[in-house]
Amino acid sequence: MAKKKKDAGKLSVFTKGLIQQNPIFVFLLGLCPALAVTSSLETGVGMGILVIFVLTASNIVVSLFKNFIPEEIKIPAYIVIIATFVTIVDLGTEAISPPLYDSLGIFIPLIVANCLIMGRATSFASQNNVGRSALDGLGMSLGFGLAMALIGATREFLATGELAYGVYLPLGFEGSIIGLEAAPFSMEVFVGPAGGFIVIGVWLAIFNAIGQHRQHRRKIARDRWIEKKKQQAAERKRRKAMEGGSA
Amino acid sequence: MSPTVFFVAIVSAMLINNVVLMRFLGVCPFLGVSKKSETAIGMSAAVMFVMVVGSILTYLLYYFVLEPFEITYISTIAFILIIASLVQLVEMFIKKASKKLYKALGIYLPLIVTNCAILGIAETNIREGYAAEYGVGQGMLVATSSAFGAALGFALVIFAFSTIRERLEAADVPTAWKGIPISLVVAGIMALAFLGLEGIV
Repeated sequence: MAKKKKDAGKLSVFTKGLIQQNPIFVFLLGLCPALAVTSSLETGVGMGILVIFVLTASNIVVSLFKNFIPEEIKIPAYIVIIATFVTIVDLGTEAISPPLYDSLGIFIPLIVANCLIMGRATSFASQNNVGRSALDGLGMSLGFGLAMALIGATREFLATGELAYGVYLPLGFEGSIIGLEAAPFSMEVFVGPAGGFIVIGVWLAIFNAIGQHRQHRRKIARDRWIEKKKQQAAERKRRKAMEGGSA
Repeated sequence: MSPTVFFVAIVSAMLINNVVLMRFLGVCPFLGVSKKSETAIGMSAAVMFVMVVGSILTYLLYYFVLEPFEITYISTIAFILIIASLVQLVEMFIKKASKKLYKALGIYLPLIVTNCAILGIAETNIREGYAAEYGVGQGMLVATSSAFGAALGFALVIFAFSTIRERLEAADVPTAWKGIPISLVVAGIMALAFLGLEGIV
């Protein structure tokens, strides 16, 4: 039974982070960067890419060293591991993509303090083997990146009427995905801090509503099923009683 | 150097560049421990201590150890270690001093380590270049007062937010909006209000 569970788990370890246990929308982890660097799609995606690297790498290393690290100094040890990868990312970004480095600014070193990474290290990587930890890190950080992209796209579109305007990420293309030239209708408040809070709040409410709707439908279906079984049982009982009566 | 420099540093860090609402630092504890105003006060006291002492220590470390040896690129690792050990100290102290507060702060106490506000302020102190502007000695005083102001700002916002959330508990909110979503919208409105303070100094 244990083996079966493990086999079924391989894929779900990876996919659970994407939607079911999305770090931002379900666990509310890593909200600081989710608010601070999502004023446009490209900064959101850029941050997502950096976190994918750091979380996957730190999960692998933490799970490699899990048997050597004493329980009492667990947290400082994990922090040093995470900080090492963050420093690599910090220097790497500065070298490869200076515009991204400038626009993310202080939030690159602050990946160290992202509760998502620490949370995965303590709750998953320290109890699982290397492969599963790597998959978990990849899935969780991809979920984080997706959420960042969603928030960034919403905010950028509401604020400017455009998406990915003047992309500078090394994605190979420049120009906008959507350019409505909607300057008269742009709401600049969504670039600012207030817009960030409100956009995340609204998305959370939307996801809550969808979840509740699904739960409600499942409950109705289950109730109907129970009702049907009850009716069948009653029917059988009646038939039995009739047969008994005739005999 | 006139004392107004310190005053300006405190006010601008507290109100204009508020850590939570303007710089998005420390949003996790802001949402996590603001359910009751009691825990909010305890948390902001702990944060204040770690933030002020932490920024003094990281400042000294940066200018007297990292810079002379030209190893400033490991500043992130060095800073986070200092903060982690400080948090351990505060945790031991609170455990001894007040069992009730220790229980109330619960998981958020070790999580001050991953409170980006503290590391963020430490990094900002270096990036703002106070040392170049005022000299290393006086720059430290300015950095300390801006850290103090930031901690005050954190305390102000988290306390105000916790009192609002206590009232929200009793309000009739649509089920999908209950809890965090409506709190985030409230935080957004607070941020809008804080926008009005821009340009005071």
